[in-house]
Amino acid sequence: MEHGNKVRVSVRNVTKVFKDKNRERPVLDNISFDIYDNEFLVLLGPGRCGKSVLLNIISGLMPATSGSITFDGKDVEAPDPEFGMVFQRTGLLPWLTVMDNVRFGPSMRNVDKSEQYSKAQYYIDMVGLTGFEKHYPYQLSGGMKQRVGIARAYANSPKVLIMDEPFGALDAQTRYNMENEVLSFAEKEKRSILFVTNNIEEALLLGDRIILLTACPASIKAIYDIPFKKPRDTMDQDFLELRKVISENTDLAL
Amino acid sequence: MASRKQHRYALLTSATFIIFLIVWQIAGSLGLLGNYTPTPYEVLQAFFFKLDNIGPDGSLLITNILSSLYTSFVGFVIAVVVGIPLGLLMGWYKLFSRFINPIFEIIRPIPAVAWIPLMIVWVGVGITAKALIIFFAAFVSCVINAYTGIRQTNPALINVAKTYGASNFYTFIHVGIPSAVPMIFAGLKIALSTSWGTLVAAEMLAASSGLGYMISMARQFGRADIVVLGMVVIGLLGFLFNFIFNIIEAFVNKGGSV
Repeated sequence: MEHGNKVRVSVRNVTKVFKDKNRERPVLDNISFDIYDNEFLVLLGPGRCGKSVLLNIISGLMPATSGSITFDGKDVEAPDPEFGMVFQRTGLLPWLTVMDNVRFGPSMRNVDKSEQYSKAQYYIDMVGLTGFEKHYPYQLSGGMKQRVGIARAYANSPKVLIMDEPFGALDAQTRYNMENEVLSFAEKEKRSILFVTNNIEEALLLGDRIILLTACPASIKAIYDIPFKKPRDTMDQDFLELRKVISENTDLAL
Repeated sequence: MASRKQHRYALLTSATFIIFLIVWQIAGSLGLLGNYTPTPYEVLQAFFFKLDNIGPDGSLLITNILSSLYTSFVGFVIAVVVGIPLGLLMGWYKLFSRFINPIFEIIRPIPAVAWIPLMIVWVGVGITAKALIIFFAAFVSCVINAYTGIRQTNPALINVAKTYGASNFYTFIHVGIPSAVPMIFAGLKIALSTSWGTLVAAEMLAASSGLGYMISMARQFGRADIVVLGMVVIGLLGFLFNFIFNIIEAFVNKGGSV
């Protein structure tokens, strides 16, 4: 789809090396790309290739060994609430209800109470959890938990939404449903989205662009523009062809 | 269906209790327990005796109970109020832990009763000494459990808070402490039973009333029935406290044990 050419986030020459006692383990090797305004950008790479590390660096949780991240022209050095994170293992606070989890971000910033609730309610409704506001995470299924995680990220009104393999732990059917839901959320609430996955089909269903990473240490292998209209048909000839191209270009995970 | 099952479990539990009492009574009546062990019936008689008689220890049963409750309550509450925040701070702030830990690690293995002689020298014999000894008994498990509990905070949740822009202190209050709640409650239960257990020893040191005092006086006067009565009362009160704690825990710890 169209992405206005405005750059929101730019990642420049990011390299990360972990130092064990006397051994250096490079994880990210000179990665550069941009996230444009309102685009759905997918980072696709084999398992354990450092995708989560890259996200932690982009969101300011972890410093890069070298390279820089800029967000709307400013350097990212510490976690910034303008980035909304949806985590691999949902990261819901188990002692808070769905409602309290979703309004976690606004409540921290001392937003007016009634506004916190109305905002949280709006996103709870959006992700289809109306009626579950008072439930605790342990009372929810895996898919529902991830919906709460998504609602929580949106409720903090981030400019960029970062999703770290959010559906990795879900069963195939739920995963497929959630992929379609995320598309409709993205349609309804325009945001720049950085979505990380190791699943080629998921990448092709969701992404406006796909950045393909190599195996560890991760570097950028290819960038694909995906021209197909959403929602996409996984059985479409062009879709299957592109899938084959990407698939053949993908490194095998260990 | 479920309630019927529960009903049956309750029956089973009370059956254990009743059978135990019957076996004890029969064994006592047959003289199998020797001359100095009272039967349940004798303990019950001692209970009624102590309701309105002050012998041999000089206080009514209710006075002894209240005195013990007061002593252990004071010691326990101070231990909780000091110990849990200390453990939480030690678990969250590394520098604080470095500062406090050496002293704590040395004090930790000292049994609470070993403090008795020093306490007498410092504060004399009385409620302060006893409460302080109970404090030492309960303090350690309060600190250790709060410390361990907050150390086990899921790092993913800390990252969640950070990405939402939380300060370290906000994360401590809103993520660290709630994570530690189940461990803290486990610690409180241990602290409760150790402090209740230390009570008897503390009251043997110096007291004019209390369940421990009642037991040690009854021992000197050869009143085995009152000794056992004291034990039974301590047991029942401990059980009751644990029950109350479970209720509070269920109320506080709403998110399950995950």
